[in-house]
Amino acid sequence: MAQVESSTLRRTPLYARHVALGARMVPFGGWEMPVEYSGITDEHMAVRTRAGLFDVSHMGQIEVAGRDALAGIQRITSNDAAKLTIGQAQYAALTSERGSFVDDLLVYRLAEDHFLLVVNASNIEKDFAWIAQGVAVAGDAVAVNTSARYALIAVQGPASREVLQPLTGADLGMKYYWFATGEVAGVRATISRTGYTGEDGYEVFVAPAYAARVWDALIDAGRSVDLRPAGLGARDTLRLEAAMRLYGNDIDDTTSVLEADLEWIVSWTKGDFIGREALAAQKAAGVPRRLVGFEMSDRAIARHGYPVVIGNTPVGVVTSGTQTPFLKKAIGMAYVPASVAPEAEIAIDIRNRRVPARLVPLPFYKRPRK
Amino acid sequence: MYPETLKYTKDHEWIAIGDGVGKVGITDFAQKQLGDVVYVELPDVGTVVTQGQAFGTIESVKAVSELFAPVSGEVVEVNDGLKDKPEQVNTDPHGAWMVAIRLASPAQAGELLSAAAYIDLVK
Repeated sequence: MAQVESSTLRRTPLYARHVALGARMVPFGGWEMPVEYSGITDEHMAVRTRAGLFDVSHMGQIEVAGRDALAGIQRITSNDAAKLTIGQAQYAALTSERGSFVDDLLVYRLAEDHFLLVVNASNIEKDFAWIAQGVAVAGDAVAVNTSARYALIAVQGPASREVLQPLTGADLGMKYYWFATGEVAGVRATISRTGYTGEDGYEVFVAPAYAARVWDALIDAGRSVDLRPAGLGARDTLRLEAAMRLYGNDIDDTTSVLEADLEWIVSWTKGDFIGREALAAQKAAGVPRRLVGFEMSDRAIARHGYPVVIGNTPVGVVTSGTQTPFLKKAIGMAYVPASVAPEAEIAIDIRNRRVPARLVPLPFYKRPRK
Repeated sequence: MYPETLKYTKDHEWIAIGDGVGKVGITDFAQKQLGDVVYVELPDVGTVVTQGQAFGTIESVKAVSELFAPVSGEVVEVNDGLKDKPEQVNTDPHGAWMVAIRLASPAQAGELLSAAAYIDLVK
């Protein structure tokens, strides 16, 4: 019975490793992924205090190349890719004409005319169709879905450099959002100082055939710092503490980049791009609603879809919520009307119980700078 | 793992009955399914609960589940200690009781599962 269900799900090259490590496997975006190994709290704390290891091979890769590749990327994304030096990456929105999200993604500049886009697993096909068409309009630029060519392993946490450096000749002292190429455990890799945890760390792109070798080497190298394999559960609580948006929860094709409070990834100066006009109009008129952070007055978790109320009036909706193992608070994000003042008294309707909450600035957690 | 002295339900609660009062918690199997428990919402003392009906909720980081009453009766005591230390449900599932219910009908206890029958259910 379970066999039939799981056979339709895709597995990463590290599937057998997860099972051997005792992970609980769940369906996620069409993939069978580890949600937890030793427990969400334990894994979360490991990443905040030491190091955690994530298999994020389900993420998609789309490459754009050609003489007009930059023009193509500039046309389809909100940020200014011209600012990227070779070896540098940036966060951006893949925008619709309405200024909403087709997806959110990282743009890596591999070469002058060659970009790598890392997109959400559940959006790969949709994104590829959108991107292929979008960059072609800009001229000589083609998109290729190279997702099957990469496994992606993330080492995250304050000790991540200590874990990874002995396995590679590449200098890992690059700045945040820069990347290098080299070998990791004897395997050709692209090593990027990025992540989805709000902690220092690296994401390592390798060919799927060698993923297990790199994973094993990292597990071994991590013993000295008590590294933990970490699943999607901890990934979600970590990213939420850092207020990183999750596509499908906090942002989607109905939420604008400005409503999501991500104006910093909108370049007003780079020239035209898909959705610019809509975003400029929204900026001039003022956004009708905005994404805010809140903290609950008790331990109950405000989950995706729960109503936000002021007095007796529903005013908005929770997009993400959890109880954070590190801050030990119930926190969440929600869309509320822009007119709601920062000191407004709000409540979350939790299964017909009104639990008071207060608005707090984002992010909830910021890693200490060295 | 599953004490013989407890009775169990198909919904993965246990009850320890003595003197017409039963203390209720969730099983080791249930806490493993939930993962790290962060919140337990319990009824007030004096609430009347019905066998098989929800009497509270339990939340883990991953999910929220209802707690079902193994027997009908009146809640005579609530374990307030779980408010601050809900993780006890994970560390000591068969010790971390949630409510004590005065059984309306002691015969209902006969309908519950023995440890052996429960082990069969979850194995």
